[in-house]
Amino acid sequence: MIDKKRIRNWILTAISLVLLFLLLGYLNKHASSYVIQILNVTAIYIILTTSYNLINGITGQFSLEPNAFVAIGAYTAALLTMTPQEKAMTFIIQPCISPLNHISIPFLPAILIGGVVTAILAFLMGIPVFRVRGDYLAIVTLGFGEIVRVFATNAIPITNGALGLKGLKQYTNIWWTWGTAVVVVFFIVGLVNSSYGRAMKAIREDEAAAQAMGINTFWHKMLAFVVAAFFEGVGGGLLAHLLTTIDPRLFTFFLTFNLLIMIVAGGLGSTTGAIIGAILFAWGSELLRWMEEPHVILGIHTPGIPGMRMVTFSILLILLMIFARNGIMGRKEFSWDGFLGFFSRRILRRA
Amino acid sequence: MTLSTFIQQLINGFSLGSLYALIAIGYTMVYGIIRLINFAHGDVMMMSTYFAFFGYIIFRIPWYISFPIAMILTAVLGILIDRGAYKPVRNAPRISALITAIGVSFFLENFGIVVFGGRPKGFRIPKLFGHIFEVKGVTVPALSLWIPFFTAIFLVLTFYIVYRTRRGMAMRAISRDMDTTRIMGVDVDGIISFTFALGSFLAAAGGIMWAMKYPQINPLMGIIPGLKAFVAAVFGGIGNVVGAAIGGILLGIIEIMFVAFFPQLAGYRDAVAFFLLIGVLIFKPTGIMGEVLPE
Repeated sequence: MIDKKRIRNWILTAISLVLLFLLLGYLNKHASSYVIQILNVTAIYIILTTSYNLINGITGQFSLEPNAFVAIGAYTAALLTMTPQEKAMTFIIQPCISPLNHISIPFLPAILIGGVVTAILAFLMGIPVFRVRGDYLAIVTLGFGEIVRVFATNAIPITNGALGLKGLKQYTNIWWTWGTAVVVVFFIVGLVNSSYGRAMKAIREDEAAAQAMGINTFWHKMLAFVVAAFFEGVGGGLLAHLLTTIDPRLFTFFLTFNLLIMIVAGGLGSTTGAIIGAILFAWGSELLRWMEEPHVILGIHTPGIPGMRMVTFSILLILLMIFARNGIMGRKEFSWDGFLGFFSRRILRRA
Repeated sequence: MTLSTFIQQLINGFSLGSLYALIAIGYTMVYGIIRLINFAHGDVMMMSTYFAFFGYIIFRIPWYISFPIAMILTAVLGILIDRGAYKPVRNAPRISALITAIGVSFFLENFGIVVFGGRPKGFRIPKLFGHIFEVKGVTVPALSLWIPFFTAIFLVLTFYIVYRTRRGMAMRAISRDMDTTRIMGVDVDGIISFTFALGSFLAAAGGIMWAMKYPQINPLMGIIPGLKAFVAAVFGGIGNVVGAAIGGILLGIIEIMFVAFFPQLAGYRDAVAFFLLIGVLIFKPTGIMGEVLPE
């Protein structure tokens, strides 16, 4: 019986994935470029929220890193895919340092290396932070965001300073973004449902008790942080090759703040909630566009009547915390059993 | 580097550090009492500079009246933030309070952008503080001496309140054990609000002097000093008021000396505090004056 159910669930999942990609293929052909752009942003948000939720929601370690990690992934991937000619044209203040100036590799390895570099930095940051108990992760990651900005602005031979990197090829398309999003979601769901995931949740509930049960809290926190960092780095690489231009102003704290709203609104600790939050935010913030004329996509923010939406979002976040701490999903997850049960109950009630 | 420039940099570092110290005390007191990183603290400091700006420059009230008023208004703002945003989540999981603090911080910054405008505003220095002294080749702006002077006054006042009054005793008791203190009949919520008021008042003192030192203000000016002041608080031993003051002054001196000795790395100045924080977490997580806090 259990096996039958499992097979049924696999089939249902496979069917919905096929349907999702058929729908995306249809939209990719027929929808306007504006809608396609929002679809791409939605998928990148899903990559970022599910991984951000892993450290913040599942493991319960409050961290403020996404803007920094996305920036590192974006810069790494962009520097790797740019051709030597493009680099020579872009780096007008100081030439790009060797060997970076004559390296050019394909897109997929570039974004993967972006993820790996980000994960390594997360690991190095995790060593001092996870040794001490307390809330230092939040302040260290927040500070790290500032450091990344300082380096992106000042390390001109590597990052081209405030001018940023321009003229990247637009490798990222709807298949890359949604394909990656699906892989990330399946990986994270698998991780959360494994013994590692259960250990992470135990740390969230009571760190001292988890430690007493023999869970190595240091390594489990580190695992969550490094996995999240890897996917955030990959998301950054995708973002860079979607926008084709990156500069230090792109990766402000605004991005982290938006992701925080998404996972809180969706339900902190629920991967399903993180996905719902990402979708709602990507499309909802488009609806709120009337509050500010200029464009805001994933943290890029050109001035106009700036601040109004952010004032709204910050009030929203505070109100969510005070009155609706569980968000939409609480800590519940989507499951086919629950989904089918919901519908069969409805049908029964009607009959 | 000649001796006179060294002394000059030392004085600069000391005065910058005094400002970090004033801001760091608010962080450390709030963290000590309710274990909350008050991310909005730097932005509260920013608000104080706008209060002073409106009083002193727009309404042309003399500084010795408008600055204290600005500091009192900032203290009131601190109480409002505590009552409005933090008190409702006090019994919620820790992460909720931290998220709320981020929300408050982001709200103040963007409220500032919407209401005051994002463009920096010039801050005029009162004549008394505008002089520049020159003694034996050491040029020192009067402000660099006034800042440590005022800081010393406020620090003595704060130490007196925290270590010599009943209120201060209640604060220290709450930081040990909030529930037991409540059972002893202490008005815990009142004391917490008082802590926010005192911390915000000191941040306002630091903020107004900051605005005079770098004579312009903008709605995002509180972020970096806020972060650095938190580092100073950790450096000094989080929860320890004296430690925060020492940590702040040391951080200011370290930062200025970094720029003085490595002028070609001046752009990385803001990174100094971050690496100091990492170093403290590796080598002495309890800080200089820190005691091991009960978990």
